[in-house]
Amino acid sequence: MKRTIPLLITGLAGIVLVLSYFFPFSEGWGEEAAIWFDVLASVAFVLGGGNLLKIHLQKVSDRRAGWGYSVITLLAFAITLVVGLSKWGVHPSEQFPAYAWSGSYREIGSPFWWLYEYAFKPLTATMFAMLAFYVASAAFRAFRAKNTEAILLLGTAFIILLGRTAAGPALTSWLPDSLAGLKIENLTVTIMKVANTAGNRAIMIGIALGIASTSLKVLLGVDRSHLGGGEG
Amino acid sequence: MIERLKTLDRRWIFLLVFLSVSLPILFEAQFPETPTALARSTFDAIESLPSGSKILLSYDYDPASEGELGPMATAFAYHCAAKGHKLYFMALWPVGSQMIDDTIANVIRADFPQMEYGRDYVNLGFKSGNEGVIKVVVTDFRQLYTTDAFGTDIDDIPMCQGVTSVQDMDLVINVSAGYPGTKEWVQYAVTAYPDQIKLVGGCTGVQAPLLYPYIPDQLPGLLGAIKGAAEYEKLVVDHYHLEDNPKYHEGLRRMGPQLVAHLLMILLIIAGNVVYFAEKRGGGQ
Amino acid sequence: MNRNTIRWTVILLLGAVLLLANALLRGAGSSYVRSVPMEFVNVGSAEAPHWVDVASDEALDYDLEAVPATDRIGWERLNRVTPGEYFAARAKNPEQTEIRFSWAHTLGTWAAALFTLFIMSFLYRDNPFYKIAEAVVVGVSAAYWMVVGFWDVVVPNLLAKVAPDLVRSWAMPGLSGGPDYAYIIPLILGVMLLMRLSPVGAWISRWPLAFIIGSTAGIRLVGFIHADFLSQIRNSIIPLVVAAPDGGGFLFWDSVKNIVLVIGVLCALVYFFFSIEHTGVVGKTAKVGIWFLMVTFGAAFGYTVMGRIALLAIRLEFLFDNWLWLIDPKGERAVATIHAMVHPLMAWVGLG
Repeated sequence: MKRTIPLLITGLAGIVLVLSYFFPFSEGWGEEAAIWFDVLASVAFVLGGGNLLKIHLQKVSDRRAGWGYSVITLLAFAITLVVGLSKWGVHPSEQFPAYAWSGSYREIGSPFWWLYEYAFKPLTATMFAMLAFYVASAAFRAFRAKNTEAILLLGTAFIILLGRTAAGPALTSWLPDSLAGLKIENLTVTIMKVANTAGNRAIMIGIALGIASTSLKVLLGVDRSHLGGGEG
Repeated sequence: MIERLKTLDRRWIFLLVFLSVSLPILFEAQFPETPTALARSTFDAIESLPSGSKILLSYDYDPASEGELGPMATAFAYHCAAKGHKLYFMALWPVGSQMIDDTIANVIRADFPQMEYGRDYVNLGFKSGNEGVIKVVVTDFRQLYTTDAFGTDIDDIPMCQGVTSVQDMDLVINVSAGYPGTKEWVQYAVTAYPDQIKLVGGCTGVQAPLLYPYIPDQLPGLLGAIKGAAEYEKLVVDHYHLEDNPKYHEGLRRMGPQLVAHLLMILLIIAGNVVYFAEKRGGGQ
Repeated sequence: MNRNTIRWTVILLLGAVLLLANALLRGAGSSYVRSVPMEFVNVGSAEAPHWVDVASDEALDYDLEAVPATDRIGWERLNRVTPGEYFAARAKNPEQTEIRFSWAHTLGTWAAALFTLFIMSFLYRDNPFYKIAEAVVVGVSAAYWMVVGFWDVVVPNLLAKVAPDLVRSWAMPGLSGGPDYAYIIPLILGVMLLMRLSPVGAWISRWPLAFIIGSTAGIRLVGFIHADFLSQIRNSIIPLVVAAPDGGGFLFWDSVKNIVLVIGVLCALVYFFFSIEHTGVVGKTAKVGIWFLMVTFGAAFGYTVMGRIALLAIRLEFLFDNWLWLIDPKGERAVATIHAMVHPLMAWVGLG
């Protein structure tokens, strides 16, 4: 029971969506299923927040190493959630001034916006910016022209790195028009349009077949890993 | 020298990266830009439409990718507004709404005060569900977008009247930082309705090479990373005479640090290989 | 204290003094806002209210003086402006209060700058500042997504469907239409999904999870086959001899490019056939396939580097521009001079 019904739901939801591509009468069903899916996706955000709460509360109550940072996480979570859900400091919308809750939760200047602009934004953006340093370190330590394949990879990377800035055109501007195709900026375009497209197209075709077979296995109940273990 | 390079503390490399990016920013180094065919076809896709065309702008990115995508999002909005198109903003990323708010404040309210909300542009906001959202809006907008991002009923918004689905749009512009993004728009909108939906996009450097197999049949225009943004900016700046408006030079400006950092990256790879081959030769002796 | 600690303490103190001097003497990091009064009056009745913005053209049609205070709603909206606008307004009229210094935004800019530095400090080594920043980002972002999910989807696409009157009277007065009870199903599925957090009965969440997995598989099955398999084969069926548009002869380089593209796709696909032993002709073809894939990975590396540098550039621009006022690429402080930029803080500490 605990596994049979979920298996039926999986198959039914998927098959309805597949059929909606082929039969006009089932297009509405597919749309309805997709809408429910979209709504459930928003509940997943709540689930994510709930999970985070659970893990960090556990860490604090067990006084595990670094529990002080978990307190900070919980505080940041609670403050953001409260000011966001309560629309704290948000004015009513201009269209409906008599309705206190009608304003946008993202109103510029509100505490929730402040947390976005001055905490969320710089923190997430800097986290990703750090990758620039690590990619440079990796370039120094890991990229070795050991064989033909590695030389091809590095050669292409050099051409792309030069060709996608003003350095490329400056380096090969002396080439005559009859050899314009060898100018780095043009070489970059050719590599992207020909070799890169060929390689990525082959990868794309392979992945598409993989996704299709995995999806079929899930829909037909051959792959049941998503239902987890347990009796049933 | 080789010995020193072999045991080089990686923090020296970090310092070099910091200097290679910060010095060109501090000295505001700029270089000439020549648009490539892909940037031109993106520009032409917007420019060739008659004024008043309906453009759906899906801003599927967040602050983490703003360095690459912010300039193109700004330039896209300016171009569409200057051409007199109707702008329909939406987002598949939770923070996308904020990106839309910023663009509306910085471009539309600042430079096109005559444009009226609901008549010339609308912010439909974010919906969860990734490709599930695309799957719905390609056939019926109202099922998900019952209101705009501010709770106004979609039927009360003049420019939404008569718009049933994405198929009613003259062009879809997608600014994409990953999943869901341009790939999903190609898969579930353009490929499913090739005659009704036309898409151009701008994406991060990580995604750009992966999207080339869709060009040109499924994706006629693509701006790849900050270089794509700079090329497109150049076209917009030249066409609309924005030479004196630094707001629309952000991508062009960022190509300065880009050049120096790319050269550093090449030097680092060469240095790493010099160490490797010196070590190899030493080991062989 | 060991020598290293002393060295770093001195460096940090010196940095703090410089920052403070930059803030106090040049006003660096300051933000300003323009005060916009918002006022609305009810020109309708209590039963059928009609609110009018006093600043709108419509307001001219009514005698607003006659409207009692109970039918008036107002607040102050604070719009961010550039320092340049503040300096210009103050140069014109030193007494003006319409554009003024904003503590909230200034402290925000400083908080954002410090958070940026906290994260970057990890480059030197792991430290408590980095860990604090990391803890904050985890908490804020999880709550941020929850809030967005609630106001952008749960309220308009779920609650507004099952209880439209309630939502209309509370957060979305402009909402129209009656209830759609079919949405009770996703509502129930949503509640079941949350049971995953419960220590008992977590198996109940398998039902909505099964629905999510099934829907994803259904959507992707056709989407990938159509766009990434069939269409890619279609995109690869291209002329190997490209005719010139004027009808005379053919275009040599375009033909070469198309031939290489087709060969590249086929060879790389052969490499992915792991069920055939890669020996002989197949092995050689697969080898060519690997070369194409290596070029692909090289291109991916080049583009990835390009992306990462741009992400770093915007953070450094923020530090140098918005926080330290070392650069002004957008001309936001064009009218500012060192003299004019003396910060209100100077007055506050009794130095102005």
